[in-house]
Amino acid sequence: MTFIQVIAGGLLLGAVYALFSSGLTLIWGMMNVINFAHGEFVMIGMYLAFLIVTYLHGGPLAFGPAATAFLFLLGIIVYYSLIRHVIRGPMLAQILSTFGLALFLRYLAFFIFSANFKTLPEDLLPGVLNIGGILIGVPQLVAGIVAIVLTVGLHLLLTRTAVGSQLLAVAEDRQAAMLMGIRPDRMQAIAWGLSGAGAGIAGALIATFYYISPTVGESLVLTGFVVVALGGFGSVPGALVAGLVVGVIQSLSAYRFGPVNKDVVVYALFVLILWVRPEGLFGKAGA
Amino acid sequence: MKRLLVASILALFASAAAAENVKVGALYPLSGNAASAGAQTKAAIELAVEIINGQHPDVKGMPGTGLPGLNGGKIEVTFADHQGNPSTGQSQALRLIQQDKVTALIGAYQSSVTFASTAVAERYGIPFVVGDSVAANITGRGFKYVFRVTPVATDFAYNYLDFLKDVAATGQPVKNLAIVYENTDYGTSIADTLRKVIKERGFELTADIPYNANTTDVSSQVLQLKDKKPDAVIFVSYTADTILYMRTLKQLDYRPPVVIGDDSGFSDPAFIKNVGTISQGAVNRSAWDIGKPGSVTAKINELFKAKTGFDLDDTSGRNMQAMFVLADAINRAGSGKSDAIRDALKVTDLKPDQLMMGYKGVKFDDTGQNTLAATYLIQLQGDQYVAVWPARSATAKLQIPYKGW
Repeated sequence: MTFIQVIAGGLLLGAVYALFSSGLTLIWGMMNVINFAHGEFVMIGMYLAFLIVTYLHGGPLAFGPAATAFLFLLGIIVYYSLIRHVIRGPMLAQILSTFGLALFLRYLAFFIFSANFKTLPEDLLPGVLNIGGILIGVPQLVAGIVAIVLTVGLHLLLTRTAVGSQLLAVAEDRQAAMLMGIRPDRMQAIAWGLSGAGAGIAGALIATFYYISPTVGESLVLTGFVVVALGGFGSVPGALVAGLVVGVIQSLSAYRFGPVNKDVVVYALFVLILWVRPEGLFGKAGA
Repeated sequence: MKRLLVASILALFASAAAAENVKVGALYPLSGNAASAGAQTKAAIELAVEIINGQHPDVKGMPGTGLPGLNGGKIEVTFADHQGNPSTGQSQALRLIQQDKVTALIGAYQSSVTFASTAVAERYGIPFVVGDSVAANITGRGFKYVFRVTPVATDFAYNYLDFLKDVAATGQPVKNLAIVYENTDYGTSIADTLRKVIKERGFELTADIPYNANTTDVSSQVLQLKDKKPDAVIFVSYTADTILYMRTLKQLDYRPPVVIGDDSGFSDPAFIKNVGTISQGAVNRSAWDIGKPGSVTAKINELFKAKTGFDLDDTSGRNMQAMFVLADAINRAGSGKSDAIRDALKVTDLKPDQLMMGYKGVKFDDTGQNTLAATYLIQLQGDQYVAVWPARSATAKLQIPYKGW
């Protein structure tokens, strides 16, 4: 019974990892940029939720969409003000610029919100479901389901809509896409917006059961990179499966081998998979 | 008249020449996972320095106040952020000593950081006063410049077990214990001591769970506890992880009969503010008590609250106390020379009425450990901690079993 409980916990955690990582993988797939500030986007989503709950007395239905919209805009702003300029520069410039952005946002949060930990009120999404002895917190369940739905939604958007085709076209061949009348700049800005939106909603969801602090992005982003690499760079379905896999492995190994060893297991598996399949689970070879 | 004028001008010059400011470096985690505790501590140290430099004349009785020994000199504190990282702690200690030319150091919250940075201070002959790091290995390395004011792991371990023995005497069965601890110097050193004392006192250890304080999820640890059903759980945790544990206990609907938190995370004001309502009955240790209105401690707390919006907590209080101990030594040394401060620290002898914390005094042994340090146990009842043990200092009745939410 405990075993199933551990797996259930891992899946719910993994779903949020997946949502968080799908934005990261999208940016990488579109333009080979690693966004080190992605964790800070999530952090901003969490603080937005906190502000809306504290000052406007809004619930999840208010702060979820608000965080999504705000971070969508922020993504676009970051693209036009920063990324567009450094993308033509050397790889190192791109890495350092997003890393710098991460530090800037993190310490801005320290400045505005102080280092004190915050949490959303306990009664925001109250309750624990008891499904045949398996206990699942309502916030985690909501977060997990919304995360899976949104990740699948992002995948459908990319593969089944005109905007998605245009996005993929730019990713595939920028020159050819331009000849077809697609504006790569606009498409890449949309990709940053979508990526930001994913981070925003992930932050709002995580905030319902997690603590909020300026450094929270730091502890999340590393897992995000593992999920992206494991799932295959640029693959949204890959991020979904890899997120769930990492969540379950973390939970199981923490339970079986002790919490200090869980990352040993996760990273050992990570290295093993990259050794066998360097392109990740869902990546295209040579991509 | 003329002579008087000349004399007074001379006196002015004399005092100006003798007025030597003493630079103290303070190492704390101002960013990173323990940043909230670091920020509280920074505010507490700043307040201590204001009091020492004579800005709050209504706070009376703290040693070194006004610094008469320095002839008008003041204490200046430079803060450095070590982010909770031992190697950053070392480099920041070095920076404070070499660039900022501090002649004494204070710090550093995380035991692992204190362990590393005291070694730098020792090498450069700079006295280092440890306010709150409790790992046993910080003293006893033959260092001559390290002085620790706080009680240490062994003291707490005996306190907890004596407390549990008293709880058992009330009819609540307490035999099988679990310890859950973060896996750096702080957690492991207390766990090592607890393990030894648990055995010595005839209790059973049914679960021994180390974890990484940067973890994102603690449900598997809580499930392990739920499986083993200990009679009491002792958490040795920092702030972020404490919040996660309390939330996860509720989510997985598990109430250990007795919950003891070892200070740190449980003393951070963020703990009561964020998870206080679901952690009712958690027992913590503390040497800090606000005291009666009008008392020195109440005044200090008032000033602290005006500055930060929070009541002073045990961790910040112990660091503030350490700052007073250092100021007392600087005052007696009458100079900012490191060796003079060190010699003065060595012969420190403070009585309980010269302290803001509930220690029995401050007197260092040859290893630099305060032999008169003590603590008592407090319990979260409603929205504040109340003293529940030992009986002679209790202000409220212990509520057992753990209520939670």
